[in-house]
Amino acid sequence: MSNAFGTSAMRAFTLPGQIRQPRPARPRPPARRAFVAGMDALLDPSGALYWPAERTLVVSDLHLETGSSYARQGQMLPPYDSSVTLARLAEVTRHYTPHRIISLGDSFHDPFGAERLLPHDVKTLRGVMEGAEMIWITGNHDHASAARFGGAVFDEFCLAGVTFRHIPTEGSVFEPEVAGHLHPAASGGSGIRRPVFIGCEVRLVMPAFGCLAGGVA
Amino acid sequence: MAARVGDVDGAPASPHTFHRNVQRHRPRRHVRVSIYLCAASGAILTPVDIDLAPPPTTTLPSPFAGWFDARGWTPRPHQLALLDKAERGRSALLIAPTGAGKTLAGFLPSLIELATQNRARNAPVREGPHTLYISPLKALAVDIARNLSAPVEEMALPITMETRTGDTPQNRRRRQKENPPDILLTTAEQVALLVSQPDAARFFSELSVIIIDELHSLVTSKRGDLLCLDIARLRTHAPALRTVGLSATVAHPDDLRAWLAPQTSADNPTHADLVVVEGGAKPNVSILASDARVPWAGHMTRWALDDIYRLIGEHGTTLVFVNTRSQAELLFHELWRINEETHPIALHHGSLDRGQRRKVEAAMAENKLKAVVCTSTLDLGIDWGDVDLVIHVGAPKGASRLAQRIGRANHRMDEPSKAILVPSNRFEVMECQAALDASYLGHQDTPAIREGALDVLAQHVLGCAVAAPFDLVALHEEICSAYPYRTLDWETFERVVDFVATGGYSLRAYDRFAKIRRRKDGLWRISHPSYAQQYRLNIGTIVEIPTLSVRLVGKRGGRPTRGGRVLGTIEEYFLNTLTPGDTFLFSGQCLRLEGIRENEALVTKSPNREPKIPYYGGSKFPLTTYLATVVRKMLAAPDTSTLPPQVREWLDLQAERSRLPTEGELLVETFPRGKRHYLVAYPFEGRLAHQTLGMLLTRRLERMRLKPMGYVASDYALAIWGLSDYGAAFDGAERTMHDLFSENLLGDDLDEWLAESILMKRTFRACAEIAQLIERRHPGKEKSGRQVTVSTDLIYDVLRSHEPDHILLRATWSDAATGLLDIRRLSDMLARVRTSIIHQRLSKISPLAVPIMLEIGKEIVIGEASDELYAEAADALIAEAVS
Repeated sequence: MSNAFGTSAMRAFTLPGQIRQPRPARPRPPARRAFVAGMDALLDPSGALYWPAERTLVVSDLHLETGSSYARQGQMLPPYDSSVTLARLAEVTRHYTPHRIISLGDSFHDPFGAERLLPHDVKTLRGVMEGAEMIWITGNHDHASAARFGGAVFDEFCLAGVTFRHIPTEGSVFEPEVAGHLHPAASGGSGIRRPVFIGCEVRLVMPAFGCLAGGVA
Repeated sequence: MAARVGDVDGAPASPHTFHRNVQRHRPRRHVRVSIYLCAASGAILTPVDIDLAPPPTTTLPSPFAGWFDARGWTPRPHQLALLDKAERGRSALLIAPTGAGKTLAGFLPSLIELATQNRARNAPVREGPHTLYISPLKALAVDIARNLSAPVEEMALPITMETRTGDTPQNRRRRQKENPPDILLTTAEQVALLVSQPDAARFFSELSVIIIDELHSLVTSKRGDLLCLDIARLRTHAPALRTVGLSATVAHPDDLRAWLAPQTSADNPTHADLVVVEGGAKPNVSILASDARVPWAGHMTRWALDDIYRLIGEHGTTLVFVNTRSQAELLFHELWRINEETHPIALHHGSLDRGQRRKVEAAMAENKLKAVVCTSTLDLGIDWGDVDLVIHVGAPKGASRLAQRIGRANHRMDEPSKAILVPSNRFEVMECQAALDASYLGHQDTPAIREGALDVLAQHVLGCAVAAPFDLVALHEEICSAYPYRTLDWETFERVVDFVATGGYSLRAYDRFAKIRRRKDGLWRISHPSYAQQYRLNIGTIVEIPTLSVRLVGKRGGRPTRGGRVLGTIEEYFLNTLTPGDTFLFSGQCLRLEGIRENEALVTKSPNREPKIPYYGGSKFPLTTYLATVVRKMLAAPDTSTLPPQVREWLDLQAERSRLPTEGELLVETFPRGKRHYLVAYPFEGRLAHQTLGMLLTRRLERMRLKPMGYVASDYALAIWGLSDYGAAFDGAERTMHDLFSENLLGDDLDEWLAESILMKRTFRACAEIAQLIERRHPGKEKSGRQVTVSTDLIYDVLRSHEPDHILLRATWSDAATGLLDIRRLSDMLARVRTSIIHQRLSKISPLAVPIMLEIGKEIVIGEASDELYAEAADALIAEAVS
């Protein structure tokens, strides 16, 4: 056999002489306007929420450095998840140009994730934080480790009557509340699962923004 | 291990005895032992030279000769031939039909050698086993151990033997290591575990033989890859090691012979010796002759129900084989509906609870059952009681598969097995005829041997590091001596090692977390002992599809009660399509889904007899290339003498209305019906390849703005429907059918589709588990702590966009090409028909298209009245085609 081992199967996929053309970027899918948790907000398909009245962008469960967190324990997941997640975050930030960004906890997958963030990812993150005030809410995974990149750290954050916290309050709430932690997802037909927002006028649970964070149905 | 001393001359007290495997009195003339030279490419064995090498002057030493004599038996020639091979230290492949005494032939040399050795031996404790027996099934290993104990105890041989499977308790495993038996009977996974032990070199230092049972079924799977690598390792520990493969008849015995031998060069394989036992009596196979009308389409074979029931009544014990679990459930249900004589008929398939399956097997062995409806779960394995008849419902999909199943009847090689094929529709009549011809001619179509999988290699490399520090060059050499990996190049090997160490990513982010490291002495070892534990927990190549167990509960006050019996397991993705209240057939009952609680689906018995969801798909095998070729030939020149008149009429009508494709042609028909236009192609390449083709063609039609709406694939044909007139679109003015089916179909479209394909993601998940990129879900562990596990789908997405050439994606592609997507077969077909596509523009549906058109109907029409609606639709379509 002249060709390298295992590549005979690959030839069936990409025939010789063909160059994969980069696909044209798809137009950005529009955000949905909704009244949730006491906010007149835009629910972005990326999984972020934008509150125009306060010029605030909310994301939850970034779970940066998930890959390296598993790698530490011997499961070498691809090390690209932080770059992908941060690139998405940079994209929504460019789109909405918020004054304030709230990360609703679990920004890193484990308490030491912030130390492992690779230099080019740190650069992206600093770029995101440049034009906006950064609020880190502490989560059950990361504690306050994200503070090393600047911004303020809170257990809970209150803004115009709306409380932002990581773990949703059990039972019914009467004050508007935005939380994350649960990674809600729904499955459509044919086995496709996508993260979703779950909420009503008083409370909202945000989908996970991290690209490896997945979701629980 | 109880000896069965009493059951030698009389009728067997149990079917698990050897004595029917050993010939009585005198060797019969027609049992020949011949050494075959095999035409390298031919699928059929060609006897070239009959070499009764060396004529079995070899006689049995005492007490073996006496043991045979006392029973009036003579050892069979192939048993002596293997003995001779053993004395000369040669590895051998024994190909024999069931009932030829294969297993005893394999063990006899070991028994003789051990008996002499152990008598002369002073030290009672050995370092490790002398003989390793490897079976594909746990149950088979246990069964063989029981069988083997009879001669050992009757001759009072000083030989110990034990089994070791996943079920063996920890204390017994420990004892086996401290005080090893002479003969260890085990499975491929256990061998991998033993090889990864730190003391493996000592434990296997005395190993002299490995006997691999049912080799033909092992070599086509990743389990075979892993075992071959482990054998290569064992050869390093015990250089004089010899291997014995026991196999049913296969298409390419040379591959198996090479698999058994250590390889030194990629181009000139070394082979083990071959011993072939000619089949005994030819099986008596026929196609069901019935007055009932064979339907045009469908898979449920209701038309022949009365005949099947009658046949069960007429025979002592019958095995009824079907192709899918759903067919098994349905047939079982229907048989009991008409079972007025209350024959004991049982059900056996892979989803049923293990305890229930064991019960059926035990009842079968005791001859308590009249019939068992079963799937491929009973293809291999334990010697059954006296089976008088095999009924194969539905087409067998492969000639060798059929031969294997027929072999399940009458495990005595000199008596003909009796089998009856029951086709479910007219296409299957042709397929059954093709399989019948193959059975008569002794043709085989077992799949070709695999190229070793890279994910398995990754697992093995880690296993080697767990056992002892290794040298990279020596390990590469050792791996290349395993036949599936003989062409493994150094670069790929290095990448696999890099994958094991740090994930193999070009962004070197994980170097400091490396799992295995090269130390100062130049040897690679694991960087933390915990990785050894992790490796052992995740060993093996069998990846479970996520399933939920089905628990039958009662109902009180509208709420399901707790407790109740577990009936079996069902694939999670099937349950996701159901909503509470839906009824379905499972375990032979009509069940109602009440809800899902944790890992269990709660069901109650439904008072309805008709399930709402008619069936759920189990595994389904695509038609083999060999049978497809024969069916194509049959279509090109229908043999009027063999095909039943109904089928002949159907084909005549097709020739008159449209065309019967000749052998090399691909027939494509286009016609309008209702408000839609249809395009039907007949490639005969199996359902998986057709599904992939259907997906690619609809994408291409969409790009041509020809508005396709959907497609459906069967083993024989593919139908696409839509709003544009496909006949006019491909009439040759602007484009032809050749443009549609051109080979570059497999380029960008395929690439793009694969990114989203669920099948591809499922394949990736299996590879990631085997390569131990992710940990398996262990029973019990998934319950504790609802920790968020990272989904492999997401890993796949990230990997595909950032490292498309990653070693694990390569492994996935390689699997997909032959597995769920069957791309290799598709590309062969596209190349073959490059210039010979025949486009028939018709004004209405053709007779050949009726079956596939009904498949479309089936996907649309669901519900309680489906049967009647379906029959109506069938009649309407047939009337249209015939008018």
